[in-house]
Amino acid sequence: MNIAQVRRNDLKSSGRGSSPRRTQDYVAIALFLLPAVILFALFLIYPIFRSAYYSLFNWNGLGPATKFIGLNNFKQILTDQVFLKAIENCIIIVVLSLAVQLPLALMLSIMVGRDLPGRAFFRSIFFMPYVISEVITAIIWISMFSPDPENGFINALLIFIPGVHAQNFLGDVNQVMACVFLVLTWKYFGLHMLLDMAGLQNIPKEIEEAAMIDGANRWQSVWYITVPLLSTTLRTSVYLSVLGSLTQFNLVWIMTRGGPVNASEMMATYMYRYAFIRYQLGYGSAVALVMLAFCLTFSVAYLWLNRRPDPLSGI
Amino acid sequence: MATIDYRKSDAFKKKLPRFFQYLVLSIVTLAIVVPLVIMVFGALKTRGEMFLHPYTLPIPPHVENFAQILHTPSFWLMLRNSLLVMLFSTAGVLIVCSLAAFVFARMEFRGKDLAFNLLTLGLMFPITVAIMPVYLVIRQMNLIDSLLAVILVQTAFGISGNTLILRGFFLSIPVELQDAASMDGCSPFDFFWRILLPLARPALAAVGALTMIVSWNDLLTPLVLLNSDKFWTLPLGTMQFQGQYSSDLALTAAFVTLSALPAILFYLFAERQIVAGLTAGALKG
Repeated sequence: MNIAQVRRNDLKSSGRGSSPRRTQDYVAIALFLLPAVILFALFLIYPIFRSAYYSLFNWNGLGPATKFIGLNNFKQILTDQVFLKAIENCIIIVVLSLAVQLPLALMLSIMVGRDLPGRAFFRSIFFMPYVISEVITAIIWISMFSPDPENGFINALLIFIPGVHAQNFLGDVNQVMACVFLVLTWKYFGLHMLLDMAGLQNIPKEIEEAAMIDGANRWQSVWYITVPLLSTTLRTSVYLSVLGSLTQFNLVWIMTRGGPVNASEMMATYMYRYAFIRYQLGYGSAVALVMLAFCLTFSVAYLWLNRRPDPLSGI
Repeated sequence: MATIDYRKSDAFKKKLPRFFQYLVLSIVTLAIVVPLVIMVFGALKTRGEMFLHPYTLPIPPHVENFAQILHTPSFWLMLRNSLLVMLFSTAGVLIVCSLAAFVFARMEFRGKDLAFNLLTLGLMFPITVAIMPVYLVIRQMNLIDSLLAVILVQTAFGISGNTLILRGFFLSIPVELQDAASMDGCSPFDFFWRILLPLARPALAAVGALTMIVSWNDLLTPLVLLNSDKFWTLPLGTMQFQGQYSSDLALTAAFVTLSALPAILFYLFAERQIVAGLTAGALKG
């Protein structure tokens, strides 16, 4: 690996200067990168600094920001019970996703396997919710969860069970997070399953067969062969899932507005309420930066933990 | 006799897991499909039927709900806005990202690795985190309440992921091709435009399909950046409609069905491209 790297660099540098491909045409490079750089700088880099500036003010968005309050916004956010509840809820969703949603996706993708008749059909169906917008998903599930069995299908099924009454679901402080998680799973497990299925395609069948011949049973072969070989895909799934859970907004906002009594508050719904409903733009900026800190911390930790190479490709 | 028994149980052993596989997969299929079917059935009922028999088959089907929505001008306006935003965002992403991906795949310059790492950093900022800062900048640019703002923001947040995907595809096109073209006097832009892009058509289709879905379904960007209802996109309008007509379940169901239809049709049509885009993105990111 190292030798190959050095050789390749040698080749590259010897080709420089008289490069037949004119790969160092700086005018072309600048022109090609220009649109991306402008958009990137304007909408990803610059806004962060802008937000960092306003996060130090008590500012309602009207006129220039003048009430400088230092780090008070941050102090207030990190001591606000509602925001702490939002962090807790985000972490609950992260943990449930990793513990339930991803294993479910993996189990189903192994079940569908490489050659089950009807494989393409199941993949198409399971992935469909991912394509349907979160707005539509949320509206469909609001009606599914309706406390009135005449409108809510789940309650209509539940009251068939003797001794079970209709539940409040989204209106119940103790049930709302479970409902939110169920909807998130409905919408997103197909994506993870799709990724797992693509990853499974890259694992040579012979390795599993060899394990079977050596006496491994189905579970052993899945646990000791398939899962480790699928680690690159699984890591990607974990990354997408955690980042998505930390920043979940649309589904929760439409289904519950973070309620009842903040029981399903997410960091993003908290930010939206302060920034765009109460128009406390300084405070909202500070919340956005706190969320960003969460995402960055996770990303850095993820990158740091994932320096191990992929067992199949070696990268 | 004993051998027959043995064979029988062996065949049974093989078939039993298959049966369980299909059982589990069918249950999951039902869980996915039933909510969608209930919605479509609801849309085909009158308000009264919806009240009396919410879960029965819609016999005879009523199309009045659909007709009512298709006769409201605001539905067509939302459809138009969504289409405009989607087309321009997708075109923007395709142009900006293929240019950048070409440089990262095929050109050399100092600081390339740094620039590339900076680009991948963009993956760590989902739009939800960035929307508040972005709102401040759009305000400063006086672009609040315009479709252009939505298009620019959607394009900007599509750059990181899609450039990565396209770079992967571009890297897989043989270098010799560029050498040959270069010797024949082909400039980098000519090579990019006349040779690379036509060859990368499947990749462009994948990125395009994916971007179209993301843009079509995006709620947060229009929600934050648009005020007047004449600019509302379909997701934004759907959300407002649900709030306004929540008592008329059949009409809401019809509206939701109509606004889900384009995405589902597009999915059935372009499933291969969407799947290719997603898996390429995930395996390279």
